[in-house]
Order: sequence, then C-alpha cells, then structure tokens
Amino acid sequence: MIGRQRDENPAGIHLPLEPLPGHTSRGRLERVLRRGEFAVTTELNPPDSADPEDVYNRAKIFDGWVDAINAVDASGANCHMSSVGICALLTRMGYAPIMQIACRDKNRIAIQGDVLGGAAMGVANMLCLTGDGVQAGDQPGAKPVFDLDCMSLLETCRIMRDNGKFLSGRKLTTPPQLFLGAAINPFAPPIDFRPHRLGKKIAAGAQFVQSQYCFDVPMFRTYMQKVRDLGYTEKCFILVGVGPLASAKTAKWIRSNVPGIHIPDSVIKRLEGAQDQKKEGKQLCIDIINEVKEISGVSGVHVMAYRQEEYVAEIVDESGVLKGRQPWKREIRRDDQLVADRLDSILHDDITETQVDMVKTAH
Amino acid sequence: MSETIPAKERPAVTQATLVKKAAPKSDYKPADVSPQRRVQRSFAVRLWSVRHSRLLEWFYAKFADMFLLLHPLWKGIGYGRVEGPIKFVEKRVKGFMFDCRMCGQCILSSTGMSCPMNCPKQLRNGPCGGVRANGNCEVEPDMPCVWVKAWEGSQNMVHSDRILTVQKPVDQSLRETSAWLRVTAQAATAREAAAAAKNEAASTGASA
Repeated sequence: MIGRQRDENPAGIHLPLEPLPGHTSRGRLERVLRRGEFAVTTELNPPDSADPEDVYNRAKIFDGWVDAINAVDASGANCHMSSVGICALLTRMGYAPIMQIACRDKNRIAIQGDVLGGAAMGVANMLCLTGDGVQAGDQPGAKPVFDLDCMSLLETCRIMRDNGKFLSGRKLTTPPQLFLGAAINPFAPPIDFRPHRLGKKIAAGAQFVQSQYCFDVPMFRTYMQKVRDLGYTEKCFILVGVGPLASAKTAKWIRSNVPGIHIPDSVIKRLEGAQDQKKEGKQLCIDIINEVKEISGVSGVHVMAYRQEEYVAEIVDESGVLKGRQPWKREIRRDDQLVADRLDSILHDDITETQVDMVKTAH
Repeated sequence: MSETIPAKERPAVTQATLVKKAAPKSDYKPADVSPQRRVQRSFAVRLWSVRHSRLLEWFYAKFADMFLLLHPLWKGIGYGRVEGPIKFVEKRVKGFMFDCRMCGQCILSSTGMSCPMNCPKQLRNGPCGGVRANGNCEVEPDMPCVWVKAWEGSQNMVHSDRILTVQKPVDQSLRETSAWLRVTAQAATAREAAAAAKNEAASTGASA
C-alpha cells in the first residue's frame, strides 16, 4: 500500500473508514480519541462566497496539524456558507469535518434531514449546539427558531443512529453512523450546575465535548475536578477550547461584547505588558495548552483562531501536544507522485529515451 | 483615555446601553428590546415564585391531587367542555405567578419553578453558554437568566434532582392548551390502567 496514511480508506480518501468494534462512526476523530491520542481540532472560518476554492484554501492551512475541522453553522448568528455545504466540500477532499448544527435556524424537520444528508456525504462527527441568539448577528430581524435545544438535538441524533428512527418513530432504511459532540462552557454561571449539565449532555448522547475559550486555567481545573468526581471523564472525551488573543484591546472587547467568554484580568495585564502583543497572545495560548493538557480527563484541544488561522500550525507545533504524531494530511499518493515526476521529466528534460536505454537503467 | 480607567471600574457596555445611547427617547425605535421582553415589563413576581419554590412545590403537589380527585367531575362535564374555562384561569394564574407562555406541557416542578419558556431561546434543558458573568441573560442584558434562577430554585426543592432529567422537545401542537387538565387526564388513565391490571391479576389468581 504505497503512500497510504493511517486512518485512510485505501479505495479513496473521500470514503468512510472501516468500521471498528466499539466505534459508532467511521471517522478519523473517533479513532484518534479512542486510541488515547491527544486530539487537536480547529475551526474553519466560513467564507462569504460561493467559491469552493475559498473553503479548500482555508482548510489547507491546517494540513497535517489537526485531526478534525469544525464547520461552523452561522456562528454568532452571522450569515456565512452553511455548515452542510462546507462539509460537502471538505469530505470530498478527504478531510474530517465536524458538522455543527445550531438550533437557531432550523426546526426538527430540517435538522433531521440535514443529519441524514451530512452522514450520506461522509460526515462522521456532528456537534449539537443551541446557537447564539439572532440579536448577536448581522440580521437581528430574523425569526429565532429554537425548535429543539442542544439537548433534545443530541437525543434526536442518538435516536436516529441507535434506534434507526426519526423523532416521529418512522424507520430509517440506513441509520447515520455518527460520533456525537456537544459544547460546554465551564466559565459561565450557574457554575455549580455546569458539571451536571455535562452529565445531562452525556445522557442525551454526547460522546465528545468542546469547551468555550479557556483563559482561566484554575477555574477549569475546579470544573474538571467536579467532572472527574461525577465520573463523566470515562464516558466522554473533553476537548478544551483555546485560542490566541490578537491584543489586549481585542481581549477587552471580547470580554465586554461576547457573552460567555471569561477573560481574567491577569490575562489582559499580561498582554498589555508585552512588547509584541500578538506574539504574546500566541505564547499565552501555548502556555494554556501546556497547562490544560496535564489535567487528567482532558483528551484534546480545540484551537479557535478566528482570523488568525495561520497561527494554528505554529501553536500546535510549539506546544508539542502531538508528540511527534502527524494527523492525516491531504497529499498526493506516492504512486501518483512517481508517475507525475516521470511525466514531468519526460516533458521538460530534453532527452529521447529508447526502450533499450530504459531497460538498461532499470537493471 | 480608556487606558486611564482600569477595566474593572468601568461598567460593562451592554447591547441595551449601546442602543439607548444611540437613540434618544424622542426617536422612533421599536426594536430596542425583543418582542418577548416587551410583553412583560417586570419579573418581580416570577422571581418571588423562584425564591419560594419549595412552598410552591408542596402546594402544586396538593393541587394536582385535588384536580385528580375532581376527575369524575371533569369527565362528567367532558374534558373538552371544561378546557376553555380552566385554560382561562390557568393562563391568568400561571401568567401572573411565572410569566407562563402556555406551552401546554408544564415542567415547572423540574425547573425550580422558573418557567423555561421565558428564556429567549426557550431552552428546556439548562442554560446556554452565553450567560453573563453577573448571571443575566445574553439576549436581554437586564433580565436574570431563567436557568440561573431555575438552578437556585431547584436547590430549595424536595425533588432537587428533577432538573437533571433530559426533557423532550416541546410539542408545538399542545400550545395554548391546559397543562393541568392534560396531566390530570393522564394520571387518571394511568390509575385506571393500574387498577385494571390489578383486577386482572386478582381474577387470574382466583381462577388458578
């Protein structure tokens, strides 16, 4: 098997992987997590265009550094290319997307249809979210749907996968094979309730969770302590959300304008004191990764570098979380490469080869 | 200038403040709060209900028993006929006490007597990730988060673990119907089914 990477279907990179026992999906992310490797996921900044190249180029930056890419569903209630569309493009190219589904824009009929459509395209991971309120985005006059909430959405997906049924009880001929995810925010009130809420999500079907941006490691540690005590770390993979802050000004803006992101004063002070704030923001992110990866029960990181996507590779590299492992990378297969090189030399080198010469060089 | 004042002392600028600043009172500006918020201007009674969740839980249990006792009466008159008047009363009473939205499938006893339909996202399974640091709602910056209150309320109650059960999605076809009557009818059917099963077991036991 020439040029074949781990977790790749030999018949084609766009095809789902061999089903493994104990796995509910045929995707790469579940394999990485179940093998006990430290997973890295990231977020693709969705383009405001109808050009597939925009998606490919934005995904290319992460090549060989991440295990899965989140395709966001109109995050912050701002209109962008849909997560289904992004997933369709990414699966074609062999990437492992995590399809985000927000309850804000679609009712249960549309959502169940999208789950089937996504799974048919080879999306193995789905992240069930409530979604931001419409007032946060660029179209505050839109109708907020919120027919399901993240919990009932998780349950719906789980019922479709495990029972092979729609929410209505109607049977599916082929149920979707999914690795179900959810989001957690350990940094927002009511703090006491947050670990129990994770328990609820696990009960509803969550197999992995990605957290909100973590800037307050001690606070996260207390949360994880509670989660471990409740025994949830055995039932669910926890990926910590991290990301670089561009400057102290951005940090302050985020703190007062984006609800749910908790940035302690010490972080802002550290950024303000730095010569190069952007570099310091990146360093801070690396430091946080190095701290959280030691917390028991943490299975990976989710690097959200909005509009700083080019730093994801550096952050992952410098923090050393992959420990030398290289996640799946889109590359030309070695046999194709041989043919390409061969053709290239025939095209460009000015030599006329005869069959006799070829036999001579071959021996 | 902003550097001179420490970030902590400055009040957090919320969306509502920005809108208020942008539009003087004399301007026509209907969209400064969500339609939902415009319907109910204050939530003092709702917060009182959450603070007295244990009392209300007790009262509600008694009330449900009483309703079930009256089942023959409801059945005699016909559930369809009493639906109208009962809904009229229920809507007003619960509207006053909890800012009820008449979803028709009341889960107040599982949510610390804080009605989850008052959440702008109508979440029935817990708070979203956008709750502000002061415990207020992300959509309505001046309103306490329904689920922060629900957690507080549930912790005072006898069945404080009911908040941990995963709720099914809202059945929109039950909107504007009486939850009291539906629960009573269901309880009566369950009771009758149990009694029938018991009778059957007794009769088969006697014949054997």
